[in-house]
Amino acid sequence: MTRMVKIPGGGRLSRLMAGLVIAAVPATGAVAADGDGTRIDWGPYKVGDVRSGYTYAGAQTRAMQDDDFQNPAFLWLERGAELWDTAEGAAGKACADCHGDAEESMADVATHYPIYFEDWGKLMNIEQRINWCRETQMQAEPFEWESDDLLGITAFVKHQSKGLPVDVSVDGPAAPFFEKGKAFYEERRGQLDMACTHCHVDHPGDLIRAETLSQGQANGFPTYRLKWQTLGSLHRRFRGCNRNIRAEPFPYGSDEYTNLELYVTWRGNGLPVESPSVRK
Amino acid sequence: MHSNGRSKTRAGWPGLGLLAELGLAGSGLTLVAVPASVPAHAAAPPSYTVQGGYTIPEPLTDTPGDPAMGRNWVINRKLGNCLSCHQMPIPEEQFHGETAPALYGVGDLYSAGELRLRIVDPKVLNPQSMMPAFYKTEGLNRVLKGFEGRPILTAQQVEDIIAYLMTLKDTSKAKN
Repeated sequence: MTRMVKIPGGGRLSRLMAGLVIAAVPATGAVAADGDGTRIDWGPYKVGDVRSGYTYAGAQTRAMQDDDFQNPAFLWLERGAELWDTAEGAAGKACADCHGDAEESMADVATHYPIYFEDWGKLMNIEQRINWCRETQMQAEPFEWESDDLLGITAFVKHQSKGLPVDVSVDGPAAPFFEKGKAFYEERRGQLDMACTHCHVDHPGDLIRAETLSQGQANGFPTYRLKWQTLGSLHRRFRGCNRNIRAEPFPYGSDEYTNLELYVTWRGNGLPVESPSVRK
Repeated sequence: MHSNGRSKTRAGWPGLGLLAELGLAGSGLTLVAVPASVPAHAAAPPSYTVQGGYTIPEPLTDTPGDPAMGRNWVINRKLGNCLSCHQMPIPEEQFHGETAPALYGVGDLYSAGELRLRIVDPKVLNPQSMMPAFYKTEGLNRVLKGFEGRPILTAQQVEDIIAYLMTLKDTSKAKN
């Protein structure tokens, strides 16, 4: 099931526009009840049967995401942009000292994460990459998970790939970690004894009380969640989901969640990076 | 998988695949860990007898179920939270869930014993079911601290909910 869509290079804005145009895949042949969004042309936000959380969000939430001036996450992007140019740590270096202009050096980087990182012999996501850079290259303290700094710089880096299709690799050395993530996704857990699949594979589009279940796609993280009133990471969302089914969550940045992140991100291969998105 | 020998009666029921999920589910979107508000009933694991693989005929408690209390438990998001997945004739509550069959008329479709099994441990009937077991503590994986070793509902709450469901005789309002 190849869902990859190649978008030619160019400025970030033009790539985004290209994404909007090329991925206008009509939902041909879809037969479903009216009002579930199946028949709507979602443009790049729907690739085959794969639908971004954007397509399950309400019109007001989508409008907030669509307008950079309304999207509250842009406050974190500004913080991220500042951090990019700020020297910290014993090495006296900023991100920009090695990576230059983020628009060029970080373009499409986020589409490939999590990656298999050879030095670790396991997976690494963007947050972990940033903290690895800080500790190893800048000789600075790592940022705390869910701090405004880590969320800001993560959103800033991912934003450089906005509109480009997610394209994580799950073969080669990443394969065993991908399999672990898949097993996690399919394993029942918690007092409610449910697996991720029960909601996000079997029932996307259905209501659980006032909440519309989505496919649980990762392409918009970090996301500004209205319920949180702040930007939050995918691992925060994992922890919330686990708690909802009364399952003991795993720590931020744990191997379990990073493996799961690869599996969940792979499910959305082909969807455009939306970071930072807005969700309910 | 079904070693306890199911009766022919049950195997002959129509639409079993779907109906096997009937009962109460709680996805708990708004669940919060509040052990203090939950009665302590962690001591002994729940005990009950499944007959013929399809029913628990004996009530879990000596006190008969109270349908009015049961109606509260099916709404309560920290207890039955049945509305999370099932549509029910409870008009004052908005947004009934859509991930499981509607329960209009469920008291006409099933006996109390059959409903009891569906609440206590629906996976006896359908191992693939999304529905939680509401009166089970064994065989669960990584239960959140504070909730280990105790079922979602007390025995009396299960009986109250059964009593309420048995009052639902009218299928005509079913939306699906």
